[in-house]
Amino acid sequence: MAVSAAEPAVTVVPDAAPRSGVLAELARFSRRNTLAAIGGLVGVFTIFVALAAPLLAPYDPLKADFRHMNKPPNAQHVLGTDQVGRDTLSRVIYGARTSLFVAFSAVVLGTTVGSLWGVACGYLRGRFDLVSQRVMEILQSFPDLILAMAISMAIGTGLQAVIFAIAITRIPFGGRVIRSVALSIREMPYVEAGRASGGSSLRIMVFHVLPQCIAPYLVLATTHLGVAIVIEAALGFLGVGVPPPTPTWGNMLADSITALVPPWWLAFFPGLAITITVLAFNLLGDGIRDTLDPRLSPAFLRMMAGGRRR
Amino acid sequence: MRKYLARRAVYAVVTLLGVSLSIFIILRVLPGDPLVAILGVEGHARMTKEDRVRIMADLGLSAPLPVQYARWLRDIGAGQLGKSFFRGDTVAELITHRGPITAEIAVLALIVSWVVGLPVGILSAFKPNSVPDGVARTLSVLFIAIPGFWLGMLIVLALLFWFGYKSPFIIVHVWQDPWQNLQIVIGPGIVLGLAQGAYIARMSRSCLLEVIGDDFVRTARAKGLREGIVVMRHALPNALLPVITISGVLLGFVLGGSVAVETAFGVPGLGRSLVTAVIERDIIVVQNLVLLYAVIFVAVNVLVDLSYAWLDPRIRYS
Repeated sequence: MAVSAAEPAVTVVPDAAPRSGVLAELARFSRRNTLAAIGGLVGVFTIFVALAAPLLAPYDPLKADFRHMNKPPNAQHVLGTDQVGRDTLSRVIYGARTSLFVAFSAVVLGTTVGSLWGVACGYLRGRFDLVSQRVMEILQSFPDLILAMAISMAIGTGLQAVIFAIAITRIPFGGRVIRSVALSIREMPYVEAGRASGGSSLRIMVFHVLPQCIAPYLVLATTHLGVAIVIEAALGFLGVGVPPPTPTWGNMLADSITALVPPWWLAFFPGLAITITVLAFNLLGDGIRDTLDPRLSPAFLRMMAGGRRR
Repeated sequence: MRKYLARRAVYAVVTLLGVSLSIFIILRVLPGDPLVAILGVEGHARMTKEDRVRIMADLGLSAPLPVQYARWLRDIGAGQLGKSFFRGDTVAELITHRGPITAEIAVLALIVSWVVGLPVGILSAFKPNSVPDGVARTLSVLFIAIPGFWLGMLIVLALLFWFGYKSPFIIVHVWQDPWQNLQIVIGPGIVLGLAQGAYIARMSRSCLLEVIGDDFVRTARAKGLREGIVVMRHALPNALLPVITISGVLLGFVLGGSVAVETAFGVPGLGRSLVTAVIERDIIVVQNLVLLYAVIFVAVNVLVDLSYAWLDPRIRYS
C-alpha cells in the first residue's frame, strides 16, 4: 500500500516494553493459578509417563506370568498382578500411552474440524450457517457415550475407530463456541477493512478471523481432553473400545470385573489414573480459560448448556 | 406462548427426523455384509445362498436403503420396533421391561443432583472464598473428574467385601416390591446424581454470584432485608434459569453415563441391553435403542426450553 511509506516510526510501540520470556510468562500464570499450574504439571507428568513408557515400565505389559497370578501389591509387583500375571503398574503406564493418544487425537481432530466449521458458519452466515446449526444440533441430540458407541460399532472397533467416534462427538462443541466468537469478530473494523481492500472470504477467515479463535480453541481443547479420556475409558470398560490385549485404563477396569471376586488393586489403580489425569486437565483448562479469556467463562458454560437458538 | 410452543415443537420434530436419519446412515455404513457381522465368518459360510437371501429379506436388509428407512419410520409410527436377532425379544418388550429401571435411575440422579448441588452452591455463594466454599469447590471439581462407573465399581467392591453384596440379576419393578427395587436403583442413582450435583453446585454458585452484584439485590439489601432473604427470595429465582438449562443437558450425561454405571453395578437396565446389543452387533436393537435415548434427550431439552419460556417472559416474546 502506498501509505506505508509515510509512517515509518509506528512499529516501535509493541517492542517498547521489555519482553518477558516464556518462562516468566509461565511463572506469572502459576502464581495466579496455583491449582491450574499443579494440574499442568501433573498433565505434563502423565504425558511424560506415556511417552517414556518402555523406559519406565518394570515389566512387559502383555507378558503373562502364570507363577504370579492375582498377586496383591508386593515388593516385586508394586501394584500387584492381574488374572494372568501381568504387572498392573506396567499396564497402567502403557495404558497412559493408549488413553492419552486416543484422547489427544480425538480432541484435536474433533475440535479442529468443529472450529473450522464454526468459523465458516459465523463468518459466512446465511443458509450455510442455518443448515450447519441444524446438523450440529442433531449431533448434540445424542448422549456422548451412546453416539460414540454406535459410531465405533459401525466402523469396527479399533484404535482409529475409537478416535474417530470420540472426535465426532466433540465437533458440535467446537462448532458452537467458535461460531459465536466468529460472529462477534466479523463485525470488527479490521475485518471490514479487509473486506474493503478486496480480500476474499477465505482470505479474511484465514488471516483475520482464525487467529482470534486460537484462545477459545485452546480452552476448548483442554477442557474436552478430560471428557475424551472418560469416554475412551467408558468404551473400554464396556468392551467396545480399543480391543483387549492393548492395555488401556478402561480395558483394565473391564478385566477386573470379569473375576468373581474382583481384586481391589485391579479395580482401583487404573481408575485412580483416570481420575488424576482428568482432574489435572480440568484444572489446567479452567486456569487457561481464566487467563486467556475471562469473558468466556459464563458464555462458555452456557454454550456447554447447548446454546440453543431461541 | 402458543406460537413459541409450536415453533419449538416443529424444531424438535425436524431434529428428531435428522437424528433418525443419522442413526440409519451410521449403522448402514457398516463395512461388509451385515450377515457376516451377525453370524461370524464361519456361520456365514455354512449357510446356503437361499438361507442368506431369506434371512436378509426377513430382517428387511435386502430392500434399497431409502425403502428400509421409510419402513423403519413407518414401523416406529405403528409402534413396532422389530426384534432382537439373538434373543427373540421384541425391542418393545425390552423397553417396557427394562426401561423403567433406567428411568428410575435417571429420575433418582436428577433428584440427588438438585438436593445435593443446589444447597452446596448456595452455601458457596453466600460466603465466596471462605473455607466451606473451598471445600465445596474442591469436592465438585473432584466429583466432576471421577468417572461414575469407576466409583460404582469401587462401591460394589466395598459392599462385596464387607457385606457380601451381590449384583441384582433379576428385574424387580417398583410396583412389585418397592424395597427391592430401591436396592437396585439406588446405587447408580446416587453415583450419577453426585456427578451431576457437582455441576449444579458449580453453576448455581457462579450464577448466584453474578446476580448478587445486580442493582435489585443492592436495593433489597438497602431496604434492610436480612441476607438470607435477599439471597433466597431475590437472588436465587433470578439465578436459577441457567441452572435449569444445565440440568437438562446433564440428563444427556446421565443417560450416557447410566450405560456404563449400570454395567458397573450389574443392574439390568436398558443401558445394559444397549451394550449387549452393540457387542453382538444386533443392528435392529441398537438402532431403536439409540433413537430412544436421543428422543428422550431431545424431549427433555424441549421441556427445559418451555419451562424457561414459562419462567422468563422475555424469551417468550422475543
